[in-house]
Amino acid sequence: MFEARRGKYQAIVIGISTGGVGTLKALLGALPKDFPLPILIVQHISPDSGNAMALFLDELCAIRVKEADEEERPTGGTVYLAPANYHLMVEPDGRLGLSADPPVNFSRPSVDVLFETAAEAFGEGLIGVVLTGAGTDGSRGLKRIKEKGGVAVVQDPDDAAADSMPRHAMAAVPPDHLVTLSTLPQLFIKLSEK
Amino acid sequence: MTYSELQDIEIESLLEQVAKLYGYDFRDYSQASVRRRMTQWLSDSGFASFAEARAQVLRDPAVFEGFLRGLTVNVSEMFRDPHVFSTIREQVVQHLKTYPFVKIWHAGCASGEEAYSMAILLEEEGLKGRFRIYATDINQGVLQKAQQGIFSLDEMKLFTRNYQRSGGKTSFSDYYTARYDHAMLMPSLKEHIVFASHNLAFDGDFGEMQMVFCRNVLIYFKQPLKNRALNLFGSIISEGGFLCLGTKESLEGRAIEPLFAEISPRTRIYRKRYV
Repeated sequence: MFEARRGKYQAIVIGISTGGVGTLKALLGALPKDFPLPILIVQHISPDSGNAMALFLDELCAIRVKEADEEERPTGGTVYLAPANYHLMVEPDGRLGLSADPPVNFSRPSVDVLFETAAEAFGEGLIGVVLTGAGTDGSRGLKRIKEKGGVAVVQDPDDAAADSMPRHAMAAVPPDHLVTLSTLPQLFIKLSEK
Repeated sequence: MTYSELQDIEIESLLEQVAKLYGYDFRDYSQASVRRRMTQWLSDSGFASFAEARAQVLRDPAVFEGFLRGLTVNVSEMFRDPHVFSTIREQVVQHLKTYPFVKIWHAGCASGEEAYSMAILLEEEGLKGRFRIYATDINQGVLQKAQQGIFSLDEMKLFTRNYQRSGGKTSFSDYYTARYDHAMLMPSLKEHIVFASHNLAFDGDFGEMQMVFCRNVLIYFKQPLKNRALNLFGSIISEGGFLCLGTKESLEGRAIEPLFAEISPRTRIYRKRYV
């Protein structure tokens, strides 16, 4: 098994859909450089968008942002974005994995694929977060995270640019924290101190 | 014991027995993908659990065939990652042309999408009649599909867009005939392609190659199998020849890295150095 960090939580996974750039900018921009938990993000992006998003966010935020690489071991102070046209997964030993399997929920990368594999690897040490987005991707994965003892966080649909992903997530599993974007960085910091 | 712990044990024991009986060892593959694929296969198969499926997988060749397909089918596109193919046109073809005859291997060719793409590209670049493509896959079922060269019109729309963006020189529709909701690639494209079954875990090579494609295959392998495949490629690519990996696969830190140099960043096209 992977070496667990001290503290209750091992990682944060986030699902967010197209149009979430502004949301990620605000959220990641508000986190300190040495934020202790690794953050893994699936954002729905077009297959040919390259790694521009990671470069852009890295430039803008204090915390390090990069595109996820296969076999990489996620560490604190770093945000890992799923590469365009690949599913991002967490292997049972805690390392990152990629797959070119068919789209799930019409999406590659798919939030459910990240959430379900991360739930297996991190169990109750995982915080799952569904943010703004169209469609239903992420709700099945968030349910899985809860079943494995992790924490479910959902953006208040009224606060989200697109409310469909948060609404479906809430319908699938009652969230432990229903939050607005402006309070989310504080929640992350509070949970990371546990 | 939870349901998923039980399932893990059942998966492990099934994979162990499949390895013993059939020689395919999926314990060498990345676990997260294998589990997802197995779970998908199970839910399509109608068996209630892996324990229940086990006897049939082990005894009934037809059931095993379906299981193998579920675990090994890769999806691809013609001219996937168009910038990779435009780089091949601009920076690789000129070197291939210096050989009297060019041999190319697509390892893990899926339904032949990429092999056909290269056949088109090489013909357009003036290498007609001077190349042979070896397209191999572990999965017999997809090789049959590859041999047919038939794709849905939906797929063809995507392939057409990719072709155009990869620097294609003519109209993509010149290469196929459409019928109902399917399209068949021109049979003449097949003349220079040899489709064959090959397992990167234990099979050998097809002699010296000027170029090897192995894209989005190694991401499914654990380290030892990944290294085995890369070492094999490293040994059979001629000096000055090329290795093309998936855009998220790299030679960084691998034993064969010193033998190669990436021809331009983020293309994952490597050229073997002259010693």
